[in-house]
Amino acid sequence: MIWVNDIVQGVLLGGLYALFACGLSLMFGVMKVINLAHGDLAVVAAYLAAGLVTVLHMPTALSILVSIPLFAIIGYVLWRTVLQASLNRSVLTTLLVTFGMSIVIENALQQFFSANSRSLSIGALATDHFNVGSQITVGYLDLAILIAAVVVLLGLQLFLSRTRQGRLIRAVADDREAAQLAGADYRHIFGIAAAIAFGTVAVAGTAYGVYTTFDPTTGTTQLLLLFAFEAVVIGGLGSLWGTLVGGILLGVVQDIGAQISTADLLLAGQLFFLLVLVIRPQGITGSRRTA
Amino acid sequence: MTGGPLLEVRDLTVHHGQLRALYEVSLSVGVGETYAMIGANGAGKSTLLRAIAGLDRPTSGSITLDGVDVTKLRPERRVASGIVLVPEGRRLFSSLTVAENLKVGASYARKGPWTISRVYELFDWMRDRRGQRADQLSGGEQQAVAIGRALVANPRLLLLDELSLGLAPAVVRRIYGILPELLATGVTVLLVEQDVSQALAVAARVHCLLEGRTTLEGEPAGLTPASIEAAYFGLAGPAGLPQERP
Repeated sequence: MIWVNDIVQGVLLGGLYALFACGLSLMFGVMKVINLAHGDLAVVAAYLAAGLVTVLHMPTALSILVSIPLFAIIGYVLWRTVLQASLNRSVLTTLLVTFGMSIVIENALQQFFSANSRSLSIGALATDHFNVGSQITVGYLDLAILIAAVVVLLGLQLFLSRTRQGRLIRAVADDREAAQLAGADYRHIFGIAAAIAFGTVAVAGTAYGVYTTFDPTTGTTQLLLLFAFEAVVIGGLGSLWGTLVGGILLGVVQDIGAQISTADLLLAGQLFFLLVLVIRPQGITGSRRTA
Repeated sequence: MTGGPLLEVRDLTVHHGQLRALYEVSLSVGVGETYAMIGANGAGKSTLLRAIAGLDRPTSGSITLDGVDVTKLRPERRVASGIVLVPEGRRLFSSLTVAENLKVGASYARKGPWTISRVYELFDWMRDRRGQRADQLSGGEQQAVAIGRALVANPRLLLLDELSLGLAPAVVRRIYGILPELLATGVTVLLVEQDVSQALAVAARVHCLLEGRTTLEGEPAGLTPASIEAAYFGLAGPAGLPQERP
């Protein structure tokens, strides 16, 4: 029974990873850009949520109604100014630029908010839980984060497959030049994809801030970015459902590893990641074409 | 309409890096005309079409559509002004379905006679297979979808780049068989074709390029096989232009 609980906890933890990874997955899938500042942007979102709660006295959960559009705008502007220009040079340049952004963000946060760690409060919900049987405990917060991950990924999937804008995003991802020949300005379409990815970062950062404490360096020191990458790669590059599957599998493997020995949580996750790379480099759900 | 030609290309020079792909090429295409570019591999035909569509930037020269200079316009803006290219190699959105490919083509369409259902009428097999992914179609079917994707944008000037590339002769004949129907809706066609007899059969005017330079231009009826051969291969023939070498 203890194993069942581990799996349940792993699935819940995987929800956080998946929520974290979906912006990364979208930007990689559409623009082939790996955003190394992803984790730091999530920390900015957590600080933004803290600010909104303190200044506007908003409930934490509602603060995302402000932070999502704000982040979407930042995402679009950042894409049209810095990121598109660096992608025009080369994909490698985008790595350097986003790595630089990561350092700038971290230091700016240190400057303005000090190195003290903080957290976002959502009252009793943070610790409330319900039991299934005698061994399995499900925290409401963990469940809410998993549900948020599923909702965000489902929403994104529906947006991409059903709407005109989503269709254009997929077309541009397939063949940028052919999309231009159909009248689509790929820079604008990429900007929209970046806006959506940044919107999901706002949700992920807020969820993380509620889940645990954060400080200006959390984005890089807490291995969040690494786990998010692993979720994307395990699931299959560019596949949103794959990202959910990848995040959950990573969470489950880590929790089972931690059950064997607490120190093995990270080791189990990394080994699983390497195993996937060796056996199925295109990812669990990936086809060879998208890999 | 200004009464002049629909497309006017003047002294167009295009470089690919250090390499000069086109050397001061000029041509004009009248409204409703079918105009064919012929020439050997690497003569610059595709570069010319890409430059007219806006994908390749010219070093010098100008491109005007119905009297309006479009030389500086980005490719997506040229679609709005009525220039649509069916690119070499078809370039469908491979992970999208047939219907989605057509919908993307119609996303920024001008007003006009072409709709997705009209394209389904033009290619009668397409409606039944509209849910199929583009990369599962045969070459000829992909070419048809690529043409359909361009038509639903309602072009005034349709640029067709090597429609016959990699297709069986029977399929090529079927594809070219739709040209009269396109022309009937008022579309002007500028096409690139390696198969000279095919080009001569469909075009009102042909224009031969050799290593980026014009070697021949005129109506098919007024050209002799020998003059075309000379222009195509660069032999000093009766109609061949002086063979200057830089």
